[in-house]
Order: sequence, then C-alpha cells, then structure tokens
Amino acid sequence: MIRAALAVLIGAMFGTGLILSGMTLPSRVLGFLDVLGRWDPTLALVMGGAIAVHATSGRFIRRRAKPLLDTRFSLPASTLIDARLLVGSAVFGVGWGLAGFCPGPALVSAASGASAALVFCAAMLAGMLAHHALPTPPVAR
Amino acid sequence: MRGMYHVDGSMQSSTALQALAGGALIGASASLFLLTHGRIAGVSGMLGGALPGRADDRPSRLGFVLGLLLAGVIGSIVAPSRFGGTPVELPLVGVAGLLVGFGTRLGNGCTSGHGVCGLSRLSLRSLVATMTFMVVAAITVVIVRESGGWS
Repeated sequence: MIRAALAVLIGAMFGTGLILSGMTLPSRVLGFLDVLGRWDPTLALVMGGAIAVHATSGRFIRRRAKPLLDTRFSLPASTLIDARLLVGSAVFGVGWGLAGFCPGPALVSAASGASAALVFCAAMLAGMLAHHALPTPPVAR
Repeated sequence: MRGMYHVDGSMQSSTALQALAGGALIGASASLFLLTHGRIAGVSGMLGGALPGRADDRPSRLGFVLGLLLAGVIGSIVAPSRFGGTPVELPLVGVAGLLVGFGTRLGNGCTSGHGVCGLSRLSLRSLVATMTFMVVAAITVVIVRESGGWS
C-alpha cells in the first residue's frame, strides 16, 4: 500500500518535471527533433539535467544492499543489442517524430483533456496491447 | 520575472532554465523511485506493466501512471500555457500513438527508460536504443515537414 502511494507521489513529481521542462509542448519537441531545420536545442537540457542528477545519485543508491521498500533491486539485466531493440526503437522514433509525443508527456497531456493527447494515448495503449498479444519470442531477452 | 517576455534573450534563457530544472526534477524522481522501489522509472514499461496480467508489482506501476495523470490534471489548471497541441492532423496522431505503443514495448523502453535511466547507468544497450529513436525521429520530422504535414 505504501509502495503504491509513494509511486503516485513520485509519478506526480516526474510529471511536474515534464510539464516544467516543456516536454508537454509537442511543437517544441518537434522543434528539438528538427535538427536539419530550425533546430531548437533547448530540450537537450531536459535530458542533460535529468541524467546529471540521476547518474550522480543513482551511483550511490545502487551501492545499497536493497531498496527501501523492496527486498532487492529489479534492474534490467539484458545487455543484448538485437533486432527487437533496434526495430522497436526505430518504430518508436517514427511515432515520436510524427506527433511530438513520447509516452510520459502524452499521458500527462491526456490528463489535461487535450483531444490530440487523448487520441494518442488511446492508440498508444492499443499498440502496447497489440505487442502483448504477440507470442513471446523463443529468444530470451 | 519583469520584462521576461519583452527581451528575446532573457525569455530564451528562462526557457532554458526551466528545461534544465524540469530535467533535474525528472532525474530526482527517477532516483527516488530507484531508492524506494529499486526499479527503473521508465514510463512505457510502467504503463505496459500496469496493463492486466503482464508484470509484477502492478499497484506501484498503476500508482506511478496515476501520479503522471495527477500532474497533468493539476498542471493544466495551474499552468495551461505549458500544454499544447500537435501540428499534425488527428488521424496521423493516432498512427503515431500506435507506433509509439508498439515500438516502446518491442524495444523495451522509451525516452525515460532508455534515455534518462539507461544512459545514467551507462548502459550500451540503452545508448544504442536512444540514438536509434533520436535519429529516426529527426528523419521523420524532416519528411513530415517537407511533405507539408504541419498545419
């Protein structure tokens, strides 16, 4: 119960960061991605700021024997660079470049009631369910 | 704040400062989630795992998604100017959503999971993923812009 409640709080904090940073403005996101056009590099600072903080504190956190509310860390163990990773990331890239929404900002924007974000999120959930409906590939991830 | 919208340079620097502060807040949230839950704060994984029957610890995943939505509800009331539409037509937005949903699950992560958390952990796998979706997104933007897809 406390885990879920804390997750709500941390999710809200994460969402506030997305709003403050400008990630919930798809036209600005597209301007950032438009490297060959009128490039607006500002949003590089979002990822830069996030990584600066998380890379530093994450180092210390991962030294702990276990997280505060669980018996162990559950971090991705895979180092595999395979077709799934490349194709999946490329497909995501096409979608991101089309509308300027990635999953986090899309969810936050949908909660604001904006119709484009609502359509995007409904389709995004459908896309996730479509992937879940696929048989699990025999190769371990 | 006075004169912020009159002088071009100071408006830009305030936008840059907000981007940096917002980014820092995102990084701090990811760290807090790692500290408490011991997990990656990746939104696509969190959302995919919140769907029925897919992953462990669904309550926390659902909670995190609920928190994002909560931020959106409050944010759109407090700071409506921080939200905007997309310049492409609605049917294209639907296609984009499908691709983002499917692609992030297939590639096991999005801007937060691979981009922020993965790069912070110096994961080569996440670096490859991030470079792939960044480059492909940039190419897509050029194609859409050049074909008159932005209204």
